[in-house]
Amino acid sequence: MSSTTLTALGGAIDCDIHPAVPNARALLPHMDEYWREHMLRRGLERENFDLSAYPVNAPINVRPDWKLEKGPPGSSLADMQAHVLEPMGTGLAICNVLHGAQAMMSEDLSAALCRGVNNWLAAEWLDRDPRLRASILVPQHSGELAAEEIERMAGDRRFVQVLMLAMAELPPGRRQLWPIYRAAEKHGLPIGLHAGSTFRHPPSAGGWGSTLMEDYVSYAQGFAAALNSLLAEGVFQKFPDLKVVLIESGVTWLPASMWRINKTWRGVRSEVPWLNKLPADIIRARVRLTAQPLDAPADSAGLGMVLEQLGSEDMLLFASDYPHWQYDGADAVPAGIPAGMLQKMMVENARATYPRLKAA
Amino acid sequence: MASRHVVAAADEIPPGGRKIVTVRGRQIGVFNLGGEFFALINVCPHQGAKLCEGAIVSQLVSNGPGEYGLARPGEIIRCPWHCWEFDIRTGQSWCEPDDVKARSFNVTVEAGGTLAKGPFVAETLSVSVERQYVVVEM
Ligand code: FES
Repeated sequence: MSSTTLTALGGAIDCDIHPAVPNARALLPHMDEYWREHMLRRGLERENFDLSAYPVNAPINVRPDWKLEKGPPGSSLADMQAHVLEPMGTGLAICNVLHGAQAMMSEDLSAALCRGVNNWLAAEWLDRDPRLRASILVPQHSGELAAEEIERMAGDRRFVQVLMLAMAELPPGRRQLWPIYRAAEKHGLPIGLHAGSTFRHPPSAGGWGSTLMEDYVSYAQGFAAALNSLLAEGVFQKFPDLKVVLIESGVTWLPASMWRINKTWRGVRSEVPWLNKLPADIIRARVRLTAQPLDAPADSAGLGMVLEQLGSEDMLLFASDYPHWQYDGADAVPAGIPAGMLQKMMVENARATYPRLKAA
Repeated sequence: MASRHVVAAADEIPPGGRKIVTVRGRQIGVFNLGGEFFALINVCPHQGAKLCEGAIVSQLVSNGPGEYGLARPGEIIRCPWHCWEFDIRTGQSWCEPDDVKARSFNVTVEAGGTLAKGPFVAETLSVSVERQYVVVEM
């Protein structure tokens, strides 16, 4: 699809772009006094806090023509504007910062860095381009501190979502994490689960792999497990207004996963009596996915079939996944998505998912 | 047209009990729920297991995660194969009540004296005037 068509669709909402923190020094002015000095005492300002899930030099992390002369990919607003926002005629774009802040072993350092990143994002990006919206980074290993950060940031309506990595210390449905969901629901913020891991366990269910290829492919299984956990633990029942967005999860694994959950639930539901609806129906009502990358079969007929099996036109959200290398040229929209679904995917579904985008 | 079949003497199936009978060549499970009788086909709509021979259980109720409760003890039959649950009163499955159902039949309890007058089929029973009988319509 060409960029002119995107513009014709009315200024698409890009639900996944990745501004990058250029270096930890950039965060210092945005950190609390104690933690600023702490960073300097330990020499942490010299670190870059990249997530191991996204090693800097991995080709998937940046499209060759989106590399920057200076700084990590995604670290310049001017370049982001020139690479995607302008050519695609983007209406709004949601910034998801992938940063080690969320992965720290120390909950307190994690919280301090997340505060720093959120403040930096508001000042250096959101204040400078009115098209930008953002996700709140939270110290996701601590339900309590994460909820505090949501409370601190929620007043800024440009933050439209809470960002978590799909794989962390605990499966995301566990009750220790419910303060996060309580705070998110209260403020009309969906939970965005982004591909990646804090590597407290292997990304593959079979143990530690040897290659990034294994890890990256396994992320889809990580999402399936995260979704199982949210369903089984009853997060969707406990927080009836909460939505969950699976970001960079791929899409085509989901129909098979839904069948499997439905089938298993019928036989073992005495473990989870609160799950009082077909799990697939809960997923259709409450879970959304960004459509980049789309791990689709090569022919568009095949893609149409898989998407039909999702059983809903409301689930896909447009995303460029800038600057990750998922496609070339301006083809941010995968070919073969049925027209009706495509129309909804570009704007309407995002507005329905993110209450804070409705008025925007 | 449906015909009426005398399948058991009422006191043969005590409350909480069941009896598998054959009517017009088909197996039917007849259940006594606290004095009321119900009948379901003995074939699970999922994959054909002998549904009425499964465990008789309660309905699971929950007001939310971590809350576990039981209701309607003895009114749910659980298929012996894949544990799908069905409401003995209606045949509706718990999981998909509108789409997945076990066929149910009308059941009445009638006095032997009344039965002697109307048309009915008693394939295996001899009916005596003083007793009460379970009659299935099929
Ligand atoms: S045959 Fe009854 S649940 Fe499968």
